[in-house]
Amino acid sequence: MSVLIYADTINGKVKKSSLEAIHYGSKVASLLGTNAVALVVNSSDNLAELGKYGAAKVLKITNDKLNAFDPQLLTAAIAQAANSAGAKVVVFAHDSTGKSLASRLSARSKAGLVSGATSLPNIDGGSFILRKNVFSGKAYADINILTDEKVISLMPNSFPVVATDASAEVADFSADLSGVTSTLVVKEVNRASASGVAPLPEAELVVSAGRGMKGPENWGMIEDLANVLGATTACSRPVADIGWRPHHEHVGQTGIAIRPNLYIAIGISGAIQHLAGVNQSKVIVVINKDPEAPFFKAADYGIIGDAFEVVPKLTEAFKSLKANSH
Amino acid sequence: MKILVCISKVPDTTTKISFVDNDTKFNEDKVQFIVNPYDEWYALVRALEITEKSGGTVTIINVGPADNDQIIRKALAIGANDSVRIDGNSNESFYVASQIAEYAKTQGYDIIMTGKETIDYNGAEVGGMIAELMGVPYVSHASTLDVDGGKATMKRNIEGGYETVEVNGAFVVSCQKGMAEARIPNMRGIMAARTKPLTVVAPVNVAQLTSIKVFTLPPAKAAVKMVSPDNVAELVNLLHTEAKVI
Repeated sequence: MSVLIYADTINGKVKKSSLEAIHYGSKVASLLGTNAVALVVNSSDNLAELGKYGAAKVLKITNDKLNAFDPQLLTAAIAQAANSAGAKVVVFAHDSTGKSLASRLSARSKAGLVSGATSLPNIDGGSFILRKNVFSGKAYADINILTDEKVISLMPNSFPVVATDASAEVADFSADLSGVTSTLVVKEVNRASASGVAPLPEAELVVSAGRGMKGPENWGMIEDLANVLGATTACSRPVADIGWRPHHEHVGQTGIAIRPNLYIAIGISGAIQHLAGVNQSKVIVVINKDPEAPFFKAADYGIIGDAFEVVPKLTEAFKSLKANSH
Repeated sequence: MKILVCISKVPDTTTKISFVDNDTKFNEDKVQFIVNPYDEWYALVRALEITEKSGGTVTIINVGPADNDQIIRKALAIGANDSVRIDGNSNESFYVASQIAEYAKTQGYDIIMTGKETIDYNGAEVGGMIAELMGVPYVSHASTLDVDGGKATMKRNIEGGYETVEVNGAFVVSCQKGMAEARIPNMRGIMAARTKPLTVVAPVNVAQLTSIKVFTLPPAKAAVKMVSPDNVAELVNLLHTEAKVI
């Protein structure tokens, strides 16, 4: 028996959300009295280091057919690895790759799936109960997986990584994909956010702004604030719709849902559709000149004031905090 | 071109959420139900745009009891040629996906479209499951879809960017913002929807894989702490020492 974690990579490096999944998977494994096995595809990284996050073993697949992301081929490979490792539980990060793979693997293996899990399983009395958010964050559901084999996708940034100095055993695994024909071809991969800033779903700190900024030319102060904090920038829907900011920055119901440790909302009124994408943030700060802005009701900290005055002052205040803590 | 659009019935976005039966069931009392927005705004409208331009048919499919006919008619009012309701009742993605895959496998659809997720259970599961059960590609979170003969090209959102993929042959796609603009049904559409075919199909047996034990509402949020705009250092201090997020 084992717990298998699919560790996704970008340019050969294991993603942060996958490191969280490995650590989470190792906790699930200890609850079940077994070991965590990480599965990595086409990576030249030092994979023994995944032991730091709790993997006892790493299965490494090297296969040219898996260079581009094809969920059909990759699911077949993961199912074979799970079978070979005797995995009872397979864990993914609930991101753009994990969502495609977890649903496919669940259907393939007839294994119950909890997607977007935010808790460890409660395994009292033979049950296997996981918590997830439902109704766009307005409620939680505790879901029992009834099948012997189980699939979990873990919500990013919900389970902090703790690193030790352990090391994992690395073994090659060869997947036989001769029986799978796929007609999918990846033509282009375009990732805008380079430069060391975390992509939005993984970001711990997010600075977000809305129509209150009056125009795209005023975003400099938002970027300054984000730079001081090492935060990722985001925006509200109208701002992306008018084209002031790129679409991949749009958070909310129709954009992406995030759960950072800190969400600073500047000049965003806080419509219910926006809240649906950010209400799982651990701490919310709202800066708005309208004291009636509904966002204040969902905030932990608020400042009623003009963004054009408050934001530069805030940037300076964060700068001095950073300077003093060094 | 034959397109199947999967729609789900969900409570309206602004619904106040509560539960009954010892918090094991969603309280449907006085709730207004709508077509899941991503299914309607993006999947259905893009399917209509494609067939309006290049010809073909759009069929709407839903898995649920007779109550759901109302939202199927709403979707038919926006467009589509006909509809199918599989007469089963389950909140479980695997059940829904199995019913749709079972029906679709004999119908020869070129494209099966879903929304990126439903706004009630937020699973993002059904599309991938249908694809696996049918052994076809699955493209999730697509923000564009263009069809040229037997070839389909999609942009798919990934963390911090996008991927462009091409599929030759049948596939499943989950749709999100960017795919199309929402349409409002006109009076002619609403009238026509009343007489469009709605075929009811008996469900097949599907094993239950999960069960919902209990729903919980999040604890009430503590009142917001206001900080004076003249003392932003106080906010920084609170975030550092009280909230400990920086």
